[in-house]
Amino acid sequence: MAILLLAEHDGVALSEQTARATSAAQKIGGDIHVLVAGEDVSGIAGEAAKLAGVTKVLLADDPSLKHQLAEPLAALMVSLAGNYDTVIAPATATAKSVMPRVAALLDVAQVSEVIEVVSSDTFKRPIYAGNAIQTVQTRETKRVLTVRGASFPAAEFTNSAPVEAVSAPADPGLSTFVSAALATNIGRPDLTAAKIVVSGGRALGSAEKFKDVILPVAKKLGAAVGASRAAVDSGYAPNDWQVGQTGKIVAPDLYIACGISGAIQHLAGMKDSKIIVAINKDPDAPIFQVADYGLVADLFEVLPEFADALS
Amino acid sequence: MKVLVPVKRVVDANVKIRVKPDHSGVDLANVKMTMNPFDEISIEEAIRLKEAGKAKEVVVVSIGPGKSEETLRSALAMGADRAILVETEEQLEPLAVAKILKGIASTEKPDLIIVGKQAIDDDCNQTGQMLSALLGWAQATFASKIEVEADSVKVTREVDGGLQTVELRLPAVVTSDLRLNEPRYASLPNIMKAKKKPVEKKMPAEFGIDIGPRLTILKTEEPESRKAGVRVQSTAELLDKLKSEARVI
Repeated sequence: MAILLLAEHDGVALSEQTARATSAAQKIGGDIHVLVAGEDVSGIAGEAAKLAGVTKVLLADDPSLKHQLAEPLAALMVSLAGNYDTVIAPATATAKSVMPRVAALLDVAQVSEVIEVVSSDTFKRPIYAGNAIQTVQTRETKRVLTVRGASFPAAEFTNSAPVEAVSAPADPGLSTFVSAALATNIGRPDLTAAKIVVSGGRALGSAEKFKDVILPVAKKLGAAVGASRAAVDSGYAPNDWQVGQTGKIVAPDLYIACGISGAIQHLAGMKDSKIIVAINKDPDAPIFQVADYGLVADLFEVLPEFADALS
Repeated sequence: MKVLVPVKRVVDANVKIRVKPDHSGVDLANVKMTMNPFDEISIEEAIRLKEAGKAKEVVVVSIGPGKSEETLRSALAMGADRAILVETEEQLEPLAVAKILKGIASTEKPDLIIVGKQAIDDDCNQTGQMLSALLGWAQATFASKIEVEADSVKVTREVDGGLQTVELRLPAVVTSDLRLNEPRYASLPNIMKAKKKPVEKKMPAEFGIDIGPRLTILKTEEPESRKAGVRVQSTAELLDKLKSEARVI
């Protein structure tokens, strides 16, 4: 039994999601080889080598992998897959794009968004926006999985596994990178890794108010900033702040929902948080049904008070 | 160019589903069904390409039970030109769906296939990527903007950390995200017209591929439910609870 784990990184640093997927891989059992693919990523490979339970790091350093486009990355993974019976990755935007491509090229089914490893071939995963949990057994001898980071603890960085270079197959040349507009979460921790998340909804009313009211509280708490789909669709917050069924899935120690009514699609993205706080003017908002602490009040009064009290 | 859009009939997004008491699945009896919302977005995009003179024909395809014809009629009412229904009562896995779609693509020869990024029932998020892999085409997932040029398509993607723009050689598969567009409502005259548009019927067996399940669903359960907690009366009380009771700040 050996497991190939695709590392998530942004070209600069290893994402915490990789450490979380590593602990899922530990539950499956067997040698864990972490694949770090990119350009000039030997530093990231060094970080991955420290992950507990990892037996080897495969470093694929190639210009064609710089932007981790799905076609060359899938070709690389398929070239390595022969040695493994499990191919696993955290369910990030990159892995969600590449893993089904890998599965199809291997002619195997994929199990998406695993939240619990029952055994090496049996997994739990949410369906219908988390309103039902399926236990799925795969008959494939080669298993392709994505795992939901929020459901697994991060493996510790206590190891020093060897790093081995692997070569990338020829770039299929099907797509090219044009540009990126990233880092909209300026100065705030990563949404999926943060211990505290402060989220705003449609009630904020504008991008300016979102910044003026939500950001000070997030700053004081050292929290990441999230948003409901309604807030993102209205242009109050950028797309990568969206928490929900089709956005980011978070499970911080503390989730503060401000002016968010609590549609099932939003709850799907945050209901596994340890403590949920809801601040909403509408006493009947569904968000209160999942909140540990509910405050029926105007967020424009509460949040500045909250920020002041924290200083 | 020709645009192909696959659509899936799913439980309406506003329905709170129930798990069957014997854990054998989700109870779909008498539940309101609609088109997967991401597929509606895909059709809207295809129709806009046609209206802009970039696409000549929009073909929609659904793989599912006979009632999926209703879903196809909604797509035709929005403005698609014709439809293909691959009829099966089996619940096909994404890989099987991708294989049938590959078969359809090989006869239809579309230049662009726009697939919803995920179906809101099984939340798999696989079919578009699998189809692209099987065809050996370029792919761009999670599109928030599609710009078609002569022999390529520029796609802006919603990724972790922001937006990424990539250029794909055609033919290609693009999967649509929420902010690609706002789908139109079909007008009454268009709903009437859609009834006369052709729906070609096929069976999975015609494609000569193995569509059997690779996964066994052992059990379907309700998630652990969260109990509503307490209401606090003031910001001060909230802060106090978070500090001394929950100890999270």
